[in-house]
Amino acid sequence: MSACDACLRRSWLIARLASHIDLVWGARRGNASLLSLPDEELIAALGGAQRGVLSGEHERFDPAALRRRCASRGVAAFCRCDPAYPAPLADLVDAPAVLYVHGEPARFARTLGADRVAIVGARRASEYGLQQARGFARGLAAAGLTVVSGMALGVDSAAHVGALEADGLTVAVLACGPDVAYPASKRRLHARIAASGAAIAELPPGTPPRRWCFPARNRIIAALAQATVVVEAGERSGSLITAGQAADLGREVAAVPGLVTAPMAAGTNALIVDGAQLVRGPQDVLELLFGAAALELPPAQPDRRAAALEPDLRALLDRVASGADTVTALAGSGGAVDAVLAGLAQLELRGLVRRGPGGRYTPTA
Amino acid sequence: MPDVLARVVTFAIDGIDPRPVWVEVDIRPGLPAFRIVGLADAAVREARERVHSAILNSDFDFPARRITANLAPAHLRKVGPGFDAAIAVGLLAASGQCSADALGRWAVFGELSLSGELRPCRGVLAAAEGARRAGLAGLVAPRESAGEAALVEDVAVAAVDDLRGVAAVLDGGDVPPPPPSAPAPIAAVLAPDAPDLADVRGHELPLRALEIAAAGGHNLLLEGPPGSGKTMLARRLPGLLPPLTRDEALEVTRIHSVAGLGHRAGLAGERPFRAPHHTVSPAGLVGGGRPPAPGEASLAHHGVLFLDELSEFSRPTLEALRQPIEDGEIVVVRGQQATRFPSRFMLVAATNPCPCGYAGSDRPCRCGELELSRHRRRLSGPLLDRVDLLVTVARPGAAALGQAPLTSSAAVRERVLAARERQQARLAGTPIHTNAQLDARLLRRHVRVDPAVRRTLAQAYDRGGLSARGHDRVLRVARTLADLAGRDEIELDDVLQALALRTREATDPADVTAA
Repeated sequence: MSACDACLRRSWLIARLASHIDLVWGARRGNASLLSLPDEELIAALGGAQRGVLSGEHERFDPAALRRRCASRGVAAFCRCDPAYPAPLADLVDAPAVLYVHGEPARFARTLGADRVAIVGARRASEYGLQQARGFARGLAAAGLTVVSGMALGVDSAAHVGALEADGLTVAVLACGPDVAYPASKRRLHARIAASGAAIAELPPGTPPRRWCFPARNRIIAALAQATVVVEAGERSGSLITAGQAADLGREVAAVPGLVTAPMAAGTNALIVDGAQLVRGPQDVLELLFGAAALELPPAQPDRRAAALEPDLRALLDRVASGADTVTALAGSGGAVDAVLAGLAQLELRGLVRRGPGGRYTPTA
Repeated sequence: MPDVLARVVTFAIDGIDPRPVWVEVDIRPGLPAFRIVGLADAAVREARERVHSAILNSDFDFPARRITANLAPAHLRKVGPGFDAAIAVGLLAASGQCSADALGRWAVFGELSLSGELRPCRGVLAAAEGARRAGLAGLVAPRESAGEAALVEDVAVAAVDDLRGVAAVLDGGDVPPPPPSAPAPIAAVLAPDAPDLADVRGHELPLRALEIAAAGGHNLLLEGPPGSGKTMLARRLPGLLPPLTRDEALEVTRIHSVAGLGHRAGLAGERPFRAPHHTVSPAGLVGGGRPPAPGEASLAHHGVLFLDELSEFSRPTLEALRQPIEDGEIVVVRGQQATRFPSRFMLVAATNPCPCGYAGSDRPCRCGELELSRHRRRLSGPLLDRVDLLVTVARPGAAALGQAPLTSSAAVRERVLAARERQQARLAGTPIHTNAQLDARLLRRHVRVDPAVRRTLAQAYDRGGLSARGHDRVLRVARTLADLAGRDEIELDDVLQALALRTREATDPADVTAA
């Protein structure tokens, strides 16, 4: 496990030019060709008046200093020349020169040894989207797959949480240095992922994120995973970029359907129309990857707990699952509010339902 | 014209308490002048002009001498126009135009118009209270406010129309009686025009929550999209509470009188309902200003304080509510003076489920995780620690609108009264009256739970969804549910229902987004 001087120099240069790339990103077609330019041409293309200065810095780059920085922050570096470098990334024309890993390198190797599914989606996700992302991730992680996502707010984070809940493996691909918790509100999640999975990035430790880094890291997510599942995406969501890149790389693309009226499901529903596989649960994803002979999922925990329920609680849970989600709706016209309240409290205590915003109860996925 | 020193008793209102003030008027030979001294504010200094005109327009003489009016004690800040009448009477007595003999028995309180009429002013009830405490025989008060003053027993009230009337009373004439105050405004029946639960269609769950809140005195948070009926429901809470006792009604009337909110019947008959707008300042909510005036929290004393759009109130404003909620009173400190305002109210707060307002409704919510968690954080904190009940208000379906009413305020109030009686019997000998006031120590002493029920609570506690404070809140509500059912024992169902109605912590671990 190591990184050669040339590759370190390359990744340093990308980080050094990050602000320059931000200016031109998206303004020109073929961003991939930008990141695949050789070092000198990259400087020439982006350096402008600072070209000379940048070339000088490039000449004098000290790989030992960067290695020391990595070591001091508990970050490992693999470069393209290293046999441990993830093979799937080689499919990218603009594969990152170095992959920085925050977390145990041996465990990162294990996450790569398993089959990998990316679960991505909207930051502004609905309660339904969050529950689905979490449920898919929990099921797939329990089946031994690695859940890959971007640790963004909303669906991405829910996917990581689901995988962690199942004590499974999960990889967060970050748009900043791998040791930087961005968004900051996910600091605790970042630490948990680093402790039981891995947080990886193409930028050196300590680098803050730039706008272009987010679509750029999506290509790594798309390449790492054999299948990408999109849970809720608006019409112009970044998750659709990930899905497109996955399709370009010949990976499977799947989408979780949503209400046709919901704006945050417009993108996923459109993906299904365009030919993405419709998936209803983790089992569907396994079938997509491994065919009809898919390995059986271990029964999800809630089901086992639900089996032991008293008949009236069971009936109440079924009604929650079939869409009657407020106390009023569950009580019906009879107005048996007291009994419903007590029943919902029992179900909540056993972790079978949870109370969402607006007092709507949803079954825990 | 003999030159004498006249002394008239009147009252300054400090907070809602009367403080005796002696108005001394001295008339001396010299260049004609009229001065008022004794820590008087602008409205009191302007009394000069009013008193001057009022005396002339009442066909009295205004002595062309050197006149000094002193308001004692000099350290007490005197505010407002209530001293006009006393100054004018002092001047008349000092110049021999009315008898000074009765001034030791009567207090005089009221504002003068230029024509010499005695105008109603704030705090007459407190002034009458002051006259009783000072051992005076009576109070001369403006006729329009005299009904209020007559509520105080053992004090004669002379209801006069103008300065001539005041002079007539002091000269030993007939004492014009105050208009009869309504006989017993504290009726066990509700006013016919009060909002009633019989007007409500649907809303089974909120109705139940209102009943529980009223029975145990629990603070309540209503959560629901705009237009779902949160305000409509909250307005009906005062009608579910036990009727005001006479002492409570007097206290309410005194506060409202000081704030200038008169009660037509003289005495407040219903529990107040105050709904300040969310732009209210901390001082507006809990009282303050110069001079300190009661805020909305005190105006809601013995009633309901309703805060709509709770998350829109500024944080300092909400923080200011902590003291009244904890102590039942507010101490406003201004300069050297500390003023106390009683403020024991039930808090009903309402909020949208999310910033856009539509989470969990039939319209899609457009809020992201960030907005939702920010909203949750704004709602958390010390204030919600004191809110025992959280209930969702959904817009009732069209079918519910055609149904017969589920209940009526009178029916609910009967059950509330029974539950309150049980509480009073159990809490006899403690300083508190309702389950909502049970703190951790009193809970242990007065609320017994059998082991099976305790296990359920422990389970909720262990799963991390319940904090120690949340644990107490659930027990308080469970105790009220048992009281409503007329039981001494708390049953499992009571605790389960209380759990379902509990307010949630900002970081409920069942929450994905909090991870």
